[in-house]
Amino acid sequence: MTQTPTDTPRRDEWPLWEVFVRAKNGLEHKHCGSVHAVDARMALELARDLYTRRQEGVSIWVVRSDQIVASDPDAKPELFDPSADKIYRHPTFYRLPAEVDHM
Amino acid sequence: MYTQAMDLIAKEAGNTTPATAEPEAYQREFDAKIDRGDFIEPKDWMPEGYRKTLIRQISQHAHSEVVGMLPEGNWITRAPTLKRKAILLAKVQDEGGHGLYLYAAAETLGVSRTELIEALLSGKAKYSSIFNYPTLTWADVGVIGWLVDGAAIMNQIPLCKCSYGPYARAMVRICKEESFHQRQGYESLLVMMREGTPEQKAMVQDAVNRWWWPALMMFGPPDSESVHSPQSMRWGIKRVSNDELRQKFVDATVPQAEVLGVTLPDPHLKWNPERGHYDFGPINWKAFWDVINGHGPCNRDRMAARRRAWEEGAWVREAAEAYAEKAKRRATTHPTAA
Ligand SMILES: [Fe+2]
Ligand SMILES: [Fe+2]
Repeated sequence: MTQTPTDTPRRDEWPLWEVFVRAKNGLEHKHCGSVHAVDARMALELARDLYTRRQEGVSIWVVRSDQIVASDPDAKPELFDPSADKIYRHPTFYRLPAEVDHM
Repeated sequence: MYTQAMDLIAKEAGNTTPATAEPEAYQREFDAKIDRGDFIEPKDWMPEGYRKTLIRQISQHAHSEVVGMLPEGNWITRAPTLKRKAILLAKVQDEGGHGLYLYAAAETLGVSRTELIEALLSGKAKYSSIFNYPTLTWADVGVIGWLVDGAAIMNQIPLCKCSYGPYARAMVRICKEESFHQRQGYESLLVMMREGTPEQKAMVQDAVNRWWWPALMMFGPPDSESVHSPQSMRWGIKRVSNDELRQKFVDATVPQAEVLGVTLPDPHLKWNPERGHYDFGPINWKAFWDVINGHGPCNRDRMAARRRAWEEGAWVREAAEAYAEKAKRRATTHPTAA
């Protein structure tokens, strides 16, 4: 079900880091791109210069790309299709009289 | 556009007839996604031709952003005021950022940053013809913002909806920043035209005269000769044709030139009420291909500048690696000292 990280960088290349930025407090960190850097500190500095030049963020996470474990795209049907037939999980499944339908 | 040279590889990429070796079910699913207007993401199955074409298109685009820093960079130390210098620095820094967003998008397709940079420095990779022209006066900086970034915006907006997710997202980010580029250029020209001396006004007109035709060439060869386009359209990595974008650009620019008080150097430029568009004169495509193939006024300078920057930056890269190594060693020998 899972894919082992395959994005191991070339030996002569600095590791790749995925960058997540929190636009403002109250919002989650959101993936916005990636940078190459020798270490975490440099990744943070580069991410700041690259992704927050216009106050796009108040907090940055960097995660080494080869540490991310992703679901296998080929497993999409097994993973995600079963929820398609569970329409009773949605509020719209329940028909109520008009007087109380705003519930 | 920034990827005009894509038409050079039309024949190479032409071996993209649905690969029979690929599992047919995957191909069908891919085609269905494209038809539905879904995005393709990095780990999804994709035809080899799609992957290769994207790598070349995105990397040409990235190289163009990076080389594109050079013509304007030429004026950073000589900007007329501190304000203009700060603006130009910010603009050029953005272009470097655009290059990085795009390199990262290309890397999701399985090519390494090192290979991409090597392809540029060896002269194997192409970049937009527009950056092989010199910036002779300060007015060139304003005209580049207005016309070159203006043309780039025309081309890039449809790419925000291209079928490859990482490319589309990079374009969204880039488009948000481009509007500043165009406006700052136009505004600086406006100041020269409205408050400048006769010499300064003449300087603006001269810069417009030199950049107009190269800007129109940015959209790439005419549709009739753009063999590459139909497949890219089918794949959703090109949304609007070269000629259509060029026309859109001309139509948008003529009124802006009027407000500015400059003329565009084309005696055939005329409103055509029947078409509802401006007609314009023939483009010198031989000049265009000369520049693409390395014979523009600045091709050698641009490549030499990129190579020099890469070589002279070597010690910085080595120092960063040595420092990271040392920090790692220290952390393992004195774990508490971190
Ligand atoms: Fe740009
Ligand atoms: Fe720009």
